[in-house]
Amino acid sequence: MRPGLERVGTSAAVGEEPTAPPPPTDPRRIAWARRRRAFSRVAKTYRKNKMGMWGLCLLIFFVLVAIFAPLIASKAGLDPTCTCTGKAYQSPSLQFPFGTDDLGRSVFTLTVWGSRISLIVGLIATLISMVIGSLLGIAAGYYGGWLEAVLMRITDWFLVLPWLALAIVLAALLGPSLIVIIFVIGITSWPSTARIVRAQVLSVKTRSYVERARGLGATNWHLISRHVLPNVGPLILANTVLTVAGAILSETTLSFLGLGDPLSISWGTILEFAFGGGAAVAGDWWWLLPPGICIILVVLAFMMCGFALDDILNPKLRER
Amino acid sequence: MSDVAAQAAQVRTDGKQPVLEVRDLHVSFAGRIGLVAGLAGKKASMARAVDGVNLELHAGEVLALAGESGCGKTTIARTILGLEKPRAGEIRFEGKPLGRNLRQYRRRVQMVFQDPSAALNPRQTIYESVAEGLRVHGISRSEDGLSEEQMVARALSRAGLRPPELFYLNYPHELSGGQRQRVVIAGALVLDPEVIVADEPVSSLDASVRGEILRLLLGLRNEFGIAMLVVTHDLGLAWTIADRVAVMYLGRIVEIGPAEQVLTNPLHPYTKALLKVVPEAGGIDRPFLTGEPPDPTRIPPGCRFHPRCPEVVSGRAASAGVEPKCTGEGLGLVELRPGHFAACHLASLEARGLSQSADAGA
Amino acid sequence: MSLLSVRDLHVIYHTQAGPVPAVRGVDLDIAKGEVLGLAGESGCGKTTVINAILRLLPEKTKVEGTVLLNGEDVLAMKPGKLRAVRWTQASVIFQGAMHALNPVRRIGDQIVEAITIHGQAGEKEALVRAGALIEQVGLPPWRLRDYPHELSGGQRQRVMIAMSLACSPNLVIADEPTTALDVMVQAQVLKLLKDLQRELGLAMLFITHDLSVLVEVSDRLAIMYAGKVVEDGPSVPVFTEPAHPYTRALAGAFPQIGDRTFRMAPSGLPGDPPYPGDVPPGCSFHPRCPLAFEDCPKIDPDLFPAGDQRRAACLLVNRPEMARVEP
Repeated sequence: MRPGLERVGTSAAVGEEPTAPPPPTDPRRIAWARRRRAFSRVAKTYRKNKMGMWGLCLLIFFVLVAIFAPLIASKAGLDPTCTCTGKAYQSPSLQFPFGTDDLGRSVFTLTVWGSRISLIVGLIATLISMVIGSLLGIAAGYYGGWLEAVLMRITDWFLVLPWLALAIVLAALLGPSLIVIIFVIGITSWPSTARIVRAQVLSVKTRSYVERARGLGATNWHLISRHVLPNVGPLILANTVLTVAGAILSETTLSFLGLGDPLSISWGTILEFAFGGGAAVAGDWWWLLPPGICIILVVLAFMMCGFALDDILNPKLRER
Repeated sequence: MSDVAAQAAQVRTDGKQPVLEVRDLHVSFAGRIGLVAGLAGKKASMARAVDGVNLELHAGEVLALAGESGCGKTTIARTILGLEKPRAGEIRFEGKPLGRNLRQYRRRVQMVFQDPSAALNPRQTIYESVAEGLRVHGISRSEDGLSEEQMVARALSRAGLRPPELFYLNYPHELSGGQRQRVVIAGALVLDPEVIVADEPVSSLDASVRGEILRLLLGLRNEFGIAMLVVTHDLGLAWTIADRVAVMYLGRIVEIGPAEQVLTNPLHPYTKALLKVVPEAGGIDRPFLTGEPPDPTRIPPGCRFHPRCPEVVSGRAASAGVEPKCTGEGLGLVELRPGHFAACHLASLEARGLSQSADAGA
Repeated sequence: MSLLSVRDLHVIYHTQAGPVPAVRGVDLDIAKGEVLGLAGESGCGKTTVINAILRLLPEKTKVEGTVLLNGEDVLAMKPGKLRAVRWTQASVIFQGAMHALNPVRRIGDQIVEAITIHGQAGEKEALVRAGALIEQVGLPPWRLRDYPHELSGGQRQRVMIAMSLACSPNLVIADEPTTALDVMVQAQVLKLLKDLQRELGLAMLFITHDLSVLVEVSDRLAIMYAGKVVEDGPSVPVFTEPAHPYTRALAGAFPQIGDRTFRMAPSGLPGDPPYPGDVPPGCSFHPRCPLAFEDCPKIDPDLFPAGDQRRAACLLVNRPEMARVEP
């Protein structure tokens, strides 16, 4: 009995007139009304969470930068042969707000355009990892038995797989590329999602309402789609947001080590060139700081949103 | 076994077939064994939760299944609903054993569980919770042409939630405990069942609210002829709404008969002990059984109640000469009065003694 | 003189939706060696009353009134004195106490901790005392070495009772101590509590929703509804001849087996116990009361004298002519 919630017909006599407008009677509209209400409730709670709002603002900022990159900095600036380039190793000036790199390209342009690859790779890799992790987690948790045992051993195997060594080996075999990076990140970050999802499925599976539905004669599909998934979904969402942060960091690491596509610009590759070009030794801070700070900010943004969502959606935290 | 079956056949009150039958049901649960212990050959201890139970539920009847925790009553209820698999024995619905496909059966036998707040999906609205049964069975229109929404409204009304539309968009946590239980009952009613299995339907509700829910359940029986199997530990509840009462101990029924008889004139020592323990005004020095409720993995030989039986402990059984039977010879339910069965050597002896003396006196 | 004397207790919780008055003016008295039973359903405020007595409520809660324990006002005590008072003068057996035991520590250690924390004795002495306590509650001393999961529900409850007696308090507050137990074990635990109470001359505040249990163990009863006491008096008369319609309904929910009037006639009240933030005007019980008349929604009755040392908060006590014959 939590305070602040509307109570329906408690001590009122039966048959009192309702004051709300008559609710819809069409089942589909009822389902939509429910979804709208649930969404607005989450949104309202989210808005109260300061950390979440800051994270969201930062995130929106970077996403907009990535989308509108061509309007912010001309793509031609990425081409070393462009006439718009300046002298190499220049410190920041009016013309080049973040200075120039070893090829005279504007670090500002590089940073702006680098956001695209960093974000996209992070998102795609996370998508792969989330899909695999959720499917396996739900299958293992719901069906149990030998399927669970087999899936969990597979999960454990992937959990201990050294992702760095795998990336290096694959890059050596297939040549460095974005596909390699996405693949490696995808298949090494799903195990933790799978474990979290499986734990939640196990907890939901034993709840009375799932048993009631089973007693009503529901098929496994009905139980999974209508009872397990809605109760596991929010957890997956919060976990996904946190995973993106990790994926972006991983991409940066792999690109920094030279395992990414040498022709694509991401924050990681900028750092790779900067390092390779001796920026650290020569003190070219303008080359290192912008991509570095962007990485930190984006990862921070995802984590703040993820924690805020976790706070709101994770049933264990909600019971406080 | 055939002896017991013959006696079960005698229970059929008016010659009509019972709507639900449990025949010689055995349900066991295996304990857990660690990996190393299992490899070393140690076997898991089997808990014989239900160890040979025969029951009949007639149309329109309210049968209370009473006992302490661990006696197996909830397991029987769950097995009837198909949520547990029996080791042996069968369940028959309208004379036919349950097949592998339980879908049709599950339309006609519904359940009401103990905790209404756990029985409702917190993310589903009341409308969806009630409509779930219809959706699971793919029923979009009833036989008399009602739409899904009309069927839901009718079920909510019958369960006492009026006007039903007021509740459609609410979530379970927005309702009180009593209202939630009514929603669960509405969810069971929406499929027009013939049998409702209720496991502790009011024990988690406030005391002043229980009466209304019980009245609702009785009303459903009176108006729609729905038969009910009510699992409870509360004999007062059985006194209030049951036609017949079955008392269970350690996986078996030890006494069964008409509620008024069993509860005012019990035959089995365990039933007598349970009735003595019910609180009443003023008396605290009631006799009670010592020790803890027994362990279903270690069932005593002979009559399974004998280690705690007051008659054995006090020596009455010994002086009546039945004690060797109590400790060594198992027994089934014996009809000691018309329609009233008990599984007790001493009670059987006394009943026979009474009838003998009655014959002698005649 | 009363051991515990609560006067005009008001407790207002601070919640996201605003202030919620959980207790709206409660008076209680417990004399030395007396057992007072406090009955009521969810939302009536009985657990809040206990938490208020020992000041275990969350920080922002507003507590008004006086709680005199052995003549001193608990609500005005400084934290140091309060800590000294807690457990040594008044201890609590909490609801769901069986789950209040630390699962990774042995029973003996936990009882000893209760003793040593209050500076009652050193370790060795405390262990001896723990052994004595555990025997007093009917468990063999070797149980001290067990972990909580090795005991059954009833046995764990006995351990909680032993812990509550660890510092020899004068007052033991038991909040639903037998609710989750089987009827047989419940009878055993109740007998234990009653025996201990008689032996040690303890005063007890016994809280439950099960009226029939209360009548057995308590000398006096107080019935709470919507944050107020609506009836109090000696337990047997209050149970067998209730003056307040709510008490009558509550007593009716526990049928006497053998009494034909209860057969096929479940009695209950319509509606639900009111939510504390949403109490009806006038007499808080009037929407559900079968005997309500036109003054009931307007006047919130005080506790009127209703017999020998009995009081009831119902307008009908003074105006019995307004009682309609129940249909």
